[in-house]
This record gives sequence, C-alpha cells and structure tokens, in this order.
Amino acid sequence: MDLFEDAPGPGEGEGGNAHEFTVSEISGAVKRTLESEFGWVKVRGEVGRVSRPRTGHIYFDLKDDRSCLAAVTWKGQAARLRHLPEEGMEVVATGRMTTFGPQSKYQLVVEDIRPAGAGALMAMLEERRKKLATEGLFDAARKRPLPFLPEVIGVVTSPTGAVIRDILHRLRDRFPRKVLVWPVAVQGRGSAEQVAAAIEGFNRLSRGGALPRPDVLIVARGGGSLEDLWGFNEEIVVRAAAGSAIPLISAVGHETDTTLIDHAADYRAPTPTAAAERAVPVRLDLMAATESFGARLAHAAGQGVAQRRQRLTDLGRALPRPETLLAGPQQRLDNLGDRLPGALRAATHRKAMELARLPLSPATLSARVRHDRRVVGELEGRGRAALTRQVERARERLARRTDALRPETMAVRLARLSERLDGLGARLRPALVTTEIARERARLESLDRLRETLGYEATLARGFAVVRAGDAVVTRAAEAERAPALELQFRDGRVTVGRGPAPRRKGGEPDEGQGTLL
Amino acid sequence: MSEQAAAKPVDQMSFEEAIRELERVVGQLERGEVALDESIALYERGAALRARCEKKLQEAEEKVARITTDARGEPTGTAPLDG
Repeated sequence: MDLFEDAPGPGEGEGGNAHEFTVSEISGAVKRTLESEFGWVKVRGEVGRVSRPRTGHIYFDLKDDRSCLAAVTWKGQAARLRHLPEEGMEVVATGRMTTFGPQSKYQLVVEDIRPAGAGALMAMLEERRKKLATEGLFDAARKRPLPFLPEVIGVVTSPTGAVIRDILHRLRDRFPRKVLVWPVAVQGRGSAEQVAAAIEGFNRLSRGGALPRPDVLIVARGGGSLEDLWGFNEEIVVRAAAGSAIPLISAVGHETDTTLIDHAADYRAPTPTAAAERAVPVRLDLMAATESFGARLAHAAGQGVAQRRQRLTDLGRALPRPETLLAGPQQRLDNLGDRLPGALRAATHRKAMELARLPLSPATLSARVRHDRRVVGELEGRGRAALTRQVERARERLARRTDALRPETMAVRLARLSERLDGLGARLRPALVTTEIARERARLESLDRLRETLGYEATLARGFAVVRAGDAVVTRAAEAERAPALELQFRDGRVTVGRGPAPRRKGGEPDEGQGTLL
Repeated sequence: MSEQAAAKPVDQMSFEEAIRELERVVGQLERGEVALDESIALYERGAALRARCEKKLQEAEEKVARITTDARGEPTGTAPLDG
C-alpha cells in the first residue's frame, strides 16, 4: 500500500488512492517544504521595482535575464540594512524563502543586502557623483579659501579612536588651537545624518555665541572598506559639506579612498593628520618668519638712512666751488665788454649807410619847398584882389548913404511935419464942443416932451381919470364891485368915493370903465 | 587687500593680515622707494606689525572640548573630550 501510495502511476485515474489536500493544506505543505529547504540562501540578482509603503517594510524584486523573485525586508530589519535596495543595483541578498499563501506566492525575506562586488558599488557611486556634479555642488567656484591661522577648529568625527588623537596631536605639534569636536558615528546606518547635522550645527553657531564658531571644519574618518566609508558618499552629507559657509577640509579613509564628500569639500586631505597640517601653519616657522621680517625691517630702515647719508656725501663732493661757478660768466662779461665800443661804431656806420640809401635828399626837399611857396604866392595874390573888391563895394554903399543924409533934406521934412501940426491945431476949437452940447440938449427936450404926451397925467388933462382901490389900479368892473372904496385921480387931485347901491347895468363891456367914470 | 589692511588698526589684525602687511612694509623699505620721513613712519608701522604677529604667535593655547547635544541633536554645551 505504502509503496503504491508513494509512487502513484501516471496512468492512475482521478478516483485513485492519492491523498486529497485542501488548498490550505497544500499551501502549508509547500510553505514548510520551501522554508526547510531554503531556510538560509544567498541570491544574486538585479534589483527591480522597489516599493516602500508607510508600514516601513521594503518590497522589491530581484531579477535576472529570465526570472523574477519577489523580496521583502521587514521594517525592523530594514533599519539595520547597510545598503538599501536601489533599482538597477546588482546585489547579493541574504535571507530565507517563504510563501504567501493567500496569493499563492513565494518570496525571499531579506536579512541583509550588499552590492554585488565593488564594481557594482563603484558604478553606483559614479552615477551619484555625476548627478551631484551636474548640480554644481563640486564646482571649483564654490570652494572657499582656508584661513591661514584659524582660532577655532571644528572637528566632525568619532570622539574616540585614532583619528581624533592624530588630529589633536598634529595640531599640538604645529600650532595649539581651540578645538571643538562634534561627536558622530562614522559608519553604519544613521552616520550620514549625524555627520550632516554636525556640519550644519557648526555653521549655525554665531561668532560671539557661548560656543565659538569655528574658522575651519575638519570632517574625518579613518580608513575602511568601501562599505564602511559609504556614509560619506550619501547625498545628505555631500550637500551639507557643499553648503557649509565655514571652509571645510575632508579627510576620509586612506589616501587612495575617494568619497563624494571629498569632491564637495573646500580642501581634500588624504588623511586626518594631513587635514590637521593643512588647517594650521607651523608656529615655529611663523616665529622665524616674523623674526626674519623684523630683522629685515631694521636693516632696511638703517640701510635707507645709510644710503641717503652716502648719497649726501657723494653729492656734496660733486658740488662745485662758487668761484668756478662765476668764472665762466665773468669771462663772458669781459669778452662782451671788449667788443662793445667796436660794435657801437659799426652800428652807427651801418645806420648812416642805410640813411644814404633812403630817397631823401636836400634837392628834393628844396624843390618841394619851391613848389609850395609858389602855391602860397598865387593864393596870396588872389586873396588880396578879392579883398580890395569887397572893400570898394562897401565904400560905394557907404557913399550912397552919406549923400542921402544932408541938412537940407532934413529941413524940408521938418517943415512938412510942422505944417501938418498947425493944421491940426487950427481945427481944435471950443465951438466944436459947444455946438455938440446944444444939439444934444435940444434932442433931450424933445424926447421929454414926447414922454409927457405919452404919460397918463396928460391923459388926465383930456378928461380921463385913474381908478384905484388902495394902491392897486382898478381896470375891471368886477374888481371895482368888490372894492369897499375907490380913489379917483384927476388932472388936479384925487377923490375917494364910497360904494353905494349897485349901479344900473345895461350890459356891455365898456360899462365897466363908464361906470367907474360915473 | 593691502589697502584694506592699511586701513585696519594693527591691534585688530589677524596674524595673516599683520604678517602680510609686515612683508609689504619690509619690501617697500628694502626697495628704498619711500621718502625719508615716510620711511621712519613705515619702520614704526613695521615694528607694530611685528609685535602684533608675535602676540598672535604667543596666543598658542590648546583647548579641546567635545560638544554635547540634546535629543534633537542641538548643541547644549561642551564637555571634556575623553580619551
């Protein structure tokens, strides 16, 4: 039975004696078989798609050219991984195989993961370097000069071990300084974050703060494997180093090791000791240099005075005597004094010659004078004749006037005037006036007679009377009726008449005047 | 650089500034390019610079401390460096 069961023939039908599993049973059986058979395996392959959900687990694929294997690293283990899976990375993963029953899947539970050989890791490093280089983090223009003599040195490294001892030792030898050590883990997970935080922490210190801000930083680690130094290749460290305002010296690993922080640092020292050497100058050298400068200073200053003194002496020697200064001019004066009389004579002679050459001779002068004299003579003759004529004319006019002015003519004229005066005197008689007066008187008398005939008194003589009421002359019957008394003026006097009964009236206008008269 | 250094009081110069200025002063004096009056002033300046350099060199004191940090990684102070 057992034999048959163990080896069922391929031709057996479904209804044979084969054990019938439930799905879970077979799933569990497969799981057990798989886990016992592959409880600890190393798998080499390329990392495919990586997924890291919030749970903290890491799911990824391992693949080669034909197959694919699901892999998982649980949260707790993921924190301990030295290298996290990155897509495209060639790795050797160590772990155990297991299944995932609910989905009929199997997977590798990864305990550790390493890049498959140094070549692969270097390739990855190169990729990262290129990426950061294109961002300019490694540009030479970003590099800051290191201070010549820093007062405070900040060191980012492990507080224990050979590295810090080497640095301090070398500093002490060269130039003892203030050193601040920022302790960090220099390998393993979390070291990169600590190193970056330390660089940034130093940069945040203020110059006058409780903790003095370093003038230069040294980031150091001793030698190790590529994996050991891996933290200094992490982007976070590279960015912190590139962003450091304080000049930074990197000294990671041995001389042959190059990490990415070396590219970002302002100066890359091959070893921690070399970093200390670069950080400070040798005090004794500086003292010697200062001494030397002091000596040169004193010498140069002394030399300056000595040279000037020498020059003064030389110049003083070269200075000529006053007599020699005067000799030349004196000789010149003598020479010129000798030549002076001769020169004067020569000059006079020359002037005479020049004068002779001029077109000015006594003959021309006298010709000119003769000519002028003739002109003057002519003018004189003409002037004299004209003057004589004028005098004669004036004399003639005078003679004519003198003829007219004789006593006889004056006497005739006087007689004529006297005659006229006599005539006028004869007409001037009193009768002329009295006749005029008599005529004017006659005219006056006739006018007065005319006045008397025209006056009302003359009328009175002819039988008319003037009627008055009071002082007013009454000319209308109505007025006479109203008046209480009337005064009548006749030729020889006035009579007042009282008013009796109203007189008879026959009508007619002349009645009024008639009435008054009656 | 030299102009800047010339404007800065000597007693505020760093060692590097002081020794560079000293070197410049010595060079100027050695070339004999300066007037006598000026060379005396330069000499005095050189002497002061030299004193400054020597003072900075005498300030050579080793003092090593370890930075202590709190839980957030912020520096809290210093402690002696053991080992």
